[in-house]
Amino acid sequence: MAPVDIVIGRKPDLTGAMLGDTDPAHQGGYVDHPPRMGFFTDTSVCIGCKACEVACKEWNAIPEDGLVFTGMSMDNTQGLGADTWRHVAFVEQRKPLAVQDPGVLHDGVDVLALAAQGSGTPPDRAGMTPTTPGDPGDLRWLMASDVCKHCTHAACLDVCPTGSLFRTEFGTVVVQEDICNGCGYCIPACPYGVIDQRKDDGRAWKCTLCYDRLTVGQEPACAKNCPTNSIQFGPLDELRERADARLARLQEAGVSDARLYGRDPHDGVGGDGAFFLLLDEPEVYGLPPDPVVTTRDLPAMWRRVGAAALVLVGTAVAAFAAGRRV
Amino acid sequence: MAECHPVGFQWVMEAKARGATVIHVDPRFTRTSALADIHVPLRAGTDIAFLGGIINYVLQHEKDFREYVVAYTNAATILTEDYQDTEDLDGVFSGLDPEERTYDFHTWQYEGMEVQAASGQRDQEYADQPGGRKRSTKSVRQAGRGEAHGSGGAAISGQPQVDPTLQHPRCVYQVLKRHYARYTPEIVEQICGVPQDTFRRVCEHLTDNSGRDRTSAFVYSVGWTQHTVGVQYIRSAAVLQQLLGNMGRPGGGIVALRGHASIQGSTDIPTLFNLLPGYIPMPHAHAHLDLDSFIQGESPRKGYWAEMRAYMVSLLKAWWGPAATPENDFCFDYLPRLTGSHSTYETVMAQLAGDCKGYFLMGENPAVGSANAKMQRLGMANLEWLVVRDFSLIESATWWKDGPEIETGELRTEDIGTEIFFLPAAAHTEKDGSFTNTQRLLQWHHQAVEPSGDARSDLWFVYHLGRKIREKLAGSVDRADRPILDLTWDYPTRPMPSHPGDAEPDAEAVLAEINGWDAEGGPLSSYEQLNDDGSTACGCWIYCGVYSDGVNQASRRKPSTEQDYTALEWGWAWPANRRVLYNRASADPDGRPWSRRKALIWWDGEKALWTGHDIADFTAAKSPWYRPPTDATGAEALSGVDPFVMQADGKSWLFVPAGLIDGPLPAHYEPQESPVPNLLYSQQRNPVRQIVSMVHPNDRFQPSGGQPGAEVFPYTMSTYRIAEHHTAGGMSRYQPYLSELAPEMFCEVSPELAAERGLEHAGWATIVTARNAIEARVLVTERMTPLTIDGRVLHHVGLPYHWGHGGLAPGDAVNDLTHLSLDPNSHIQEVKVGQCDIRPGRRPRGPARVELVKEYQRRAGITEKTGTEI
Repeated sequence: MAPVDIVIGRKPDLTGAMLGDTDPAHQGGYVDHPPRMGFFTDTSVCIGCKACEVACKEWNAIPEDGLVFTGMSMDNTQGLGADTWRHVAFVEQRKPLAVQDPGVLHDGVDVLALAAQGSGTPPDRAGMTPTTPGDPGDLRWLMASDVCKHCTHAACLDVCPTGSLFRTEFGTVVVQEDICNGCGYCIPACPYGVIDQRKDDGRAWKCTLCYDRLTVGQEPACAKNCPTNSIQFGPLDELRERADARLARLQEAGVSDARLYGRDPHDGVGGDGAFFLLLDEPEVYGLPPDPVVTTRDLPAMWRRVGAAALVLVGTAVAAFAAGRRV
Repeated sequence: MAECHPVGFQWVMEAKARGATVIHVDPRFTRTSALADIHVPLRAGTDIAFLGGIINYVLQHEKDFREYVVAYTNAATILTEDYQDTEDLDGVFSGLDPEERTYDFHTWQYEGMEVQAASGQRDQEYADQPGGRKRSTKSVRQAGRGEAHGSGGAAISGQPQVDPTLQHPRCVYQVLKRHYARYTPEIVEQICGVPQDTFRRVCEHLTDNSGRDRTSAFVYSVGWTQHTVGVQYIRSAAVLQQLLGNMGRPGGGIVALRGHASIQGSTDIPTLFNLLPGYIPMPHAHAHLDLDSFIQGESPRKGYWAEMRAYMVSLLKAWWGPAATPENDFCFDYLPRLTGSHSTYETVMAQLAGDCKGYFLMGENPAVGSANAKMQRLGMANLEWLVVRDFSLIESATWWKDGPEIETGELRTEDIGTEIFFLPAAAHTEKDGSFTNTQRLLQWHHQAVEPSGDARSDLWFVYHLGRKIREKLAGSVDRADRPILDLTWDYPTRPMPSHPGDAEPDAEAVLAEINGWDAEGGPLSSYEQLNDDGSTACGCWIYCGVYSDGVNQASRRKPSTEQDYTALEWGWAWPANRRVLYNRASADPDGRPWSRRKALIWWDGEKALWTGHDIADFTAAKSPWYRPPTDATGAEALSGVDPFVMQADGKSWLFVPAGLIDGPLPAHYEPQESPVPNLLYSQQRNPVRQIVSMVHPNDRFQPSGGQPGAEVFPYTMSTYRIAEHHTAGGMSRYQPYLSELAPEMFCEVSPELAAERGLEHAGWATIVTARNAIEARVLVTERMTPLTIDGRVLHHVGLPYHWGHGGLAPGDAVNDLTHLSLDPNSHIQEVKVGQCDIRPGRRPRGPARVELVKEYQRRAGITEKTGTEI
C-alpha cells in the first residue's frame, strides 16, 4: 500500500445523521479521505499460533499483563483488554471437522500453470478445491483472533467527553493516550467489551489498527505477522467482497455453519471495520450475537427526557397557577 | 507442524486451499490436527508398525509405481544367500553379535558383488589384523558411521545382479514383500491403536495420490527421530516413498522439519562429532591411517562420492592453506580422530568420570533440553570450567545456585568447583549470516542493529578466541600446536560503531571461504571444479557455488511474482542451487516427464541437454541412453537411468546393504520403555540400541512389556513442543510476551485419565519415572485420546518440554524424567515415548523428592540390569 495523503483539520460534518451515514470518515468530517480500511479475520484458516498477539504487543509496546495458567485450552491471555489488543480464542468441541473430499480429481486442472502464478497467488484465486464435509473425526478445535471491531457507529467515540477517542481518516477508531483523562465512560459503552482501562494509569486502551503504521503505508503488525493470512488487512469494500466469495465457497462445499460476523452494514453498529468469518455461533467464540451501538437510543432517550421535563415543568407551572387561585 | 513450524505451515494451508488432503498422524490432537483433513491418533513409538502396514498394503495390492520402482530403486537387485531376515530369525537380522550389541553387516550384501559398507570397510581391514576385531568393530560403529555421506551412501563396486521381473525370491522386492507381510491392518490396529477403517482410509488416500500424475510428501520432525529406532522411522517413509515413486519429483519427498532455524546448516557444516563439512566422515583413530587409506576406505568408486579426495583435499586447503601440501598429506594428520562415540551423552559420562574438564555451551540449554537433564547438571557440576553463550542467564548457567539438586540437597553450591563464564550472545537480527532451511536453501540475513552491551555474535566469539589462542601459542615448537598455528585465520573485520575498539569479522568472507577458490583465488562456481592436487580450496564442497562470481547468492530475494514456481533466484540451495534432489527421477527412463502435471526436468533431444523448471541433479549432457563402459569410475560410471547420483549404484535403496547400524530394513521394535510386549516379534527392543549409561544410578530403566514392575509406570508419555515456546526456553521463557502465552509447565491428559487418577483440571499433578519426579499444572482435554492397544485401554500423558527452573515462567523440566537410551545411528535420545506414573498434587520438596523416586524404583523392582536386555 502506498502512503496516503492525510487530510486533517477539516471541520467535522455535524450534519451527518449518526445512524444513517455508513462512511465513518466522512461522518467524522474528512472530505477527501482514503478508503475505509479494516480487517477480515478468516478463522477457518487460523492455526492459533498467537503471532498476532505477540506482534501487536511488540509493535505497540503493550506491557505484559499476567502470567496466569487458565486451563482454558491453550488460551492464557483470556480476552481483549487494556493490555491485550489481539486475542486468540481456543474452542474445543465435540463436533465433526469439515474436511475435504478425498475423491477430488484434478483432471483438467493445470497445476503447473497454477503453480507458475507464484506462491503469492491468494488462495481465493488459486483454482481452489473447495473444502467439503467428509467423514471426519468427531473433535474440532476452533481458533479465532479477536480484535476491536472499529464500528461504523462507535459508542466509545460518542461518549468520550475529551475527544481522546477520534475517528481517523481511515475510518478507524483510535484513543489518544495523551488526551484520555481516564473517565472510563467508553468502557461500558462498547457493545463488545473491547476497550478497557489500564489499572496502573487509569486510561483507556485498545487496538489502533496500527494507526502509526497505516499513515506510512504499512499494514498493521498482526496482519503482517499472520502466517496463514487468517488476518487480512485492506480497504473494507475489498475485504467484504473477498469474504463474501470465501463464505459462498464454504457454504457451497457444505460448511453450513460458516457465517460472516460484523459484515452487515445494517446491523446494530452499522457494520464493523474489523469483521470475521466464523464456523459457529458468535457466542461460541465469546462474541455478542447481536451487538447494538449503546448510544443508539440516546437521542430518543433525550427526546423523552425532554418531553418528560416539559410535562413536569408544565405540571408544576399548572400547580402554581392553580395554587394562586386558591 | 502448525505447533512447531507455524510459519512453514502457511504452505500446507496454501496446498490445502489448492486441493491437497492433509493427514496428520500424531498421538495428540494439535493445532495441525485442527486444520488437517484427517487426524490419526496412534500410540507413541509405533510408527514403524503403522508405516510398515502401509508398505504391506502397497505391496499386497500392487499399488507401487512399478516402472519407477524397477528403473530407479534397488527392488530388482538380488541379495546373497547369506542374508537372513527378521522373518527367519524372529525379529533380528543376520549378523547380530549379542555380546557386543552390534551387527556385522556383511550378510546384507548384493549377490555377486563386492559390497563395501562405508562404515565397515576400514574397520574390516583393521579387523583382519590379529586381535583387532571386536573392539575396533564396535568403536567404529559407535562412531556414528551411519550418518556419514549424508543420505547413507556407501561404497559399492561391481555390477549388481538384477531381476527386472521382480520374481527372484532373493530380489529386494520379494524380500520386502515377505518382511512386511505380517504388518497387516489387524496388527496395526492392535499395536498402534488405529482402527482398521481409519488405517485403510490413509492407505487409500496415499496410494490414490501417488503415481504418474500425482505425488505425496511426508513431513516429519523430531516426533520421528527421537527414538531408539529413529533412523528406521525415516527409512520406513523412504521405502514407502520409493515404492510410490514420490522421490525426486515435484510435490514429493520426505521433508525433515528441523528444531531451529539452521539445524540443517549445522549438519551440513556440522556441529556433530562424527562428520566433517559436507558429510565427509570424521577419520577414526586407526593406527597409521593416512589420507590415501582414509579415501580408499570411505570413498566408493562410482557416483559423486568417488570424488571424495577432491572434496577432502580442498577442505584441508581451506583450513590450512599454504601449510597443506601433497608432501604432508595436506595436513590430514592435523584432524582429530575418533575413538568411539563422542556424542553429547558420552560427553556427559566423561564429565561424570572426570575426563571431560571443560565445556562450551553455545545456544544450547542441556540443563533443560537434553535427556536426563539431572545427569547433564551433575556432569556440569564436575567440570573445571564451563562457558555459556546465550541471550539470557539460562538454567545451564545458573544450576549451581538454583538448580533442582540444590533444593534436594544432592548438590551444595559451596562444593561445586566449576568455574562458569557467561557471555551474552547477539541475536540473528544483530549480525550477518545465513540460515539453511530444511529445503537446503541458504538465506542470508543482514544485520539490522548492533548488539547491545556485551552481546556479540558467535562469529566474533570464535574468531577472537582463536586469535587469542594463536597469540598465546605463537613461537611454540610443540608439534601438537601446529594445527592451531597453521590454520588460515585471517578473516577481515570491521569496526563496530557502537563498541569502539572492537572488531566484527566479516561473515561474507567466511561464506567465500566455504564456497572456495581456485589457484588464482577466483571464486569457484561448482563442486565439479574441485581438484585433489591442492589447487583448489573449499570449506564445504556441497556449498560450492553459493559465492559464485564473487556474489553472495544466498542473499538473492527476487519475489516469487517475478519468477516461476521453483523460484531459483530466491536464496541458493545446495547442491548447485537444485531445489529438488535427484530430480532425474521426475522423468521416465527415456527422459520424458512422467506426466504433464508433474513435469520438472526432461531430456531435450535437440539440444542434447537436461532442461526444465529446476536445475538438473544429473550430468547435464548425459543422455538417457548412456551406458558406462565397464572400467568407468565416478560420475561416468552411472548410466543415463541412474537418478540417485550420490548412491554408488545410482539407485535409491529400498534395502540398505550398508550404512545403517541396526538393520537393512525397518522392523517394529517397542521403545526402551513400553506398556506392551512386541506383538510382531519375540525381540522386544532394537537389539543394538545404544545405552550410554547402563550402570549409572541416576539413569535407571524401567521394566517393560509384560515384565513384573512395568505396571508401576502404566501410562505412556511423550515430550513435545507447543507454538508458544522455543525448545528449552532460552529464547522464549525470558521474554514476557511469550511467557504470558504459556506461563506454566503443564501436562495434557484425557478426561478418562483424569477421572482414573483423580486429577483436577487446572490443578497440579506429579509425574514420576525411574529417573525423577516433576510437577505440572493439569490441562484436561479431549484432544488427548485413550487408545485401545491389544485389547486394553492405554492412556497418554502429554508433556511439553519447554520449562526449567529459571526465566519469567519457571517450571519443572520434563527431561528430568527421560533416559539415555539412544538411536545407534544418530545417537539421539528417545524422548518422544516413555512410561510414567501420574498422581494428583504437587511433588514433594527437598530430599523427599529423591525418596519418592527411590520408592517407585523399589516397587518396580528396578536394578542396574533392568531394561538393559538386548
